[in-house]
Amino acid sequence: MAVMSYAEAAKQAIAEAMRADPRVWCVGEDLGRGGVFKQYVGLVEEFGPARVSDAPISEAAIMGAAFGAALVGTRPIVEMRFADFALCATDELVNQIAKARYMFGGQSRAPMVIRKPMGMWRSSAAQHSQSLEAWYAHIPGLVVVCPSTPQDNYAMMKAAIACDDPVVYLEHKNIWALEGEVDPDAPGAFGQARIRRQGGDVTIVSWSDCANRAAAAAAMLAEDGIDAEVIDLISLWPWDKAAVLGSVARTGRLLVAHEAVAVGGFGAEVVATVAERAAHRLKVPPRRIGSPRGLIAYAPNLEDQMRVTAEAIAAAARQMMEPAPA
Amino acid sequence: MGRTAAPPGAAEEAGIGGRVIRRNLDIDTGLDRLAMMERIRAFEAAAERAAVDEGLVLGAIHLSTGQEAVATGIIAHLDRADYMTSTHRGHGHTIAKGADPVAMMKELLGREGGCCGGKGGSMHIADFGVGMLGANGVVSANITIAAGAAHGVKLLGGDQITVCFFGDGAANRGPFLEGINWAGVFDLPILFVCEDNRYSASTRTADMTAGDSLADRARAMGLTAAEIDGNDVNAVAEAAAGAIGRIRATGRPEFLHAVTYRQGGHTYFDPAAYRPPGEAARMAETTDPIRRQRELLADAGVAAAQMDAIRAEARAEMEAALDAARAAPWPPAASAFADVQDIGSPQREPF
Ligand SMILES: Cc1ncc(C[n+]2csc(CCOP(=O)(O)OP(=O)(O)O)c2C)c(N)n1
Ligand SMILES: [Mg+2]
Repeated sequence: MAVMSYAEAAKQAIAEAMRADPRVWCVGEDLGRGGVFKQYVGLVEEFGPARVSDAPISEAAIMGAAFGAALVGTRPIVEMRFADFALCATDELVNQIAKARYMFGGQSRAPMVIRKPMGMWRSSAAQHSQSLEAWYAHIPGLVVVCPSTPQDNYAMMKAAIACDDPVVYLEHKNIWALEGEVDPDAPGAFGQARIRRQGGDVTIVSWSDCANRAAAAAAMLAEDGIDAEVIDLISLWPWDKAAVLGSVARTGRLLVAHEAVAVGGFGAEVVATVAERAAHRLKVPPRRIGSPRGLIAYAPNLEDQMRVTAEAIAAAARQMMEPAPA
Repeated sequence: MGRTAAPPGAAEEAGIGGRVIRRNLDIDTGLDRLAMMERIRAFEAAAERAAVDEGLVLGAIHLSTGQEAVATGIIAHLDRADYMTSTHRGHGHTIAKGADPVAMMKELLGREGGCCGGKGGSMHIADFGVGMLGANGVVSANITIAAGAAHGVKLLGGDQITVCFFGDGAANRGPFLEGINWAGVFDLPILFVCEDNRYSASTRTADMTAGDSLADRARAMGLTAAEIDGNDVNAVAEAAAGAIGRIRATGRPEFLHAVTYRQGGHTYFDPAAYRPPGEAARMAETTDPIRRQRELLADAGVAAAQMDAIRAEARAEMEAALDAARAAPWPPAASAFADVQDIGSPQREPF
């Protein structure tokens, strides 16, 4: 076990995969200087500029060309810089990459990892802060991953590179420096949630950096005598329904927390699934907590109004524990 | 298909029988090109009949009737292992690249045994076995994908080249700039071919295109580019021989702007009433590539009967393809869920 940062963990996974398989390569803007968040530092020195490739500011071409290169047998890791800029390559991802295998009757695969740094980070305002993971979960053909810890960023990156499906890989920008232990022998598995904390009173489901806030909320709740179970989904498609349904069967309370806008967010999918399959287990109505359907501002006091904090998650859970008014 | 049917640059012409014939065009090669154009036209005619008369083609199909010289002349210089991307108007390219017309026709009819198992139809026709990496329902999208195929070949150390066909309308979308710039930046072995049939759906492309040269757009990004008569299969082949020979030798991208004419509507059900009266008839009379090739060969002494036999053979082949497609069953129902993805597949987890 080694202690490393969230950014370092993914980089280590990529380096190991590139050493093992010459077909793996990375492409994106500024990668030759280590990438905009320094998450590629050192890779170009080891693997050279063809395999850790700079790119013009052409998101559609980065995505489209990487796809073409995947069709002829390479395994690209595509860097989109900010999840927001990946919208410039939506056709390439949604209409081409996600659909090619099916449309061509199984003749092709698109084994790609599409890295999209997401989320609120340091007054980045409305075009550099979004959490759009629900969009991708909506698209058949894509696998969607939102890791929250160095361990999962290492293990899931390895799994994503090894996967023959296109994987939308959303790393949270706020936790690049987050440190944690990484066990290189613990494999990552899609659709397998991590139980961050066991508890019998309320099930809190989350992912990405919000899962860290959910864990912090659970610690606060423990001080109040509330025993929360925290489930970090890690991947949104596929997602670990069994873990959520099993937990809700024990706690009878479901709270989903995510940084993305609550309306139409993936929390709605989790709540709806539990409502359809296990409504009779619920002691109180399920809840989701996400950003208001507003925009993320630059000024910190305005930005904070869109933030889903540990305190807000804890407050929502406490409310769910209150006895119903007579 | 041979790689060097005509030597580059040998465009000398000599008068024969009062008409011109290229001295470097041997009759066998000329007949091969005629035969390929007849096969493409016969496929399109059979598909159109299946669509109009029998209602067997289920979605929109975009016919390349009148544009056969571009597919034929360019692809004559490709090997099976070379890669190609095409467009919504891709039947001709696909046939020329060596795909099986029976599997193609089954695909148009949505049947089992279609190149894509009935899942793609005309606009997603693909045959990876012959390097045909897919038609595309999104105009211009195949340009960055083709650049990427060439990029992948370069990374893997392969020697295949890639040819990217797109329409005149595609030159006004972003992927045109991004894909060509990409090929220039990374020095990729790719030939971009703008197959200019003068129309983008019902719009005269020139009316919606600034500047007067698409080749200049490519030149501005450092590519060698040429404008060619896309209705003269031998001119196309000669230009392709030159460009493809250089691409194989240098690994550098090139661009050809081939001007042709869409003889029919945008789709098979488009009467194309927006065209100036008489334009289509006049163009069919004066620019039709099959007609021109027949005239050239006739002047060189080839008997009309021999060329008629080539046409009849092409028609019989495509008629048989349609018969086979008509007789094929629908794809198995369970295949609706196959080949979406391995992880989180709808076969196990549709919701
Ligand atoms: C991005 C996109 N916009 C619009 C369309 C609808 N459309 C399909 S074909 C076509 C015309 C394309 O013209 P051109 O590129 O010249 O090809 P041609 O049809 O002439 O072969 C249009 C507008 C589309 N398929 N994709
Ligand atoms: Mg056109």
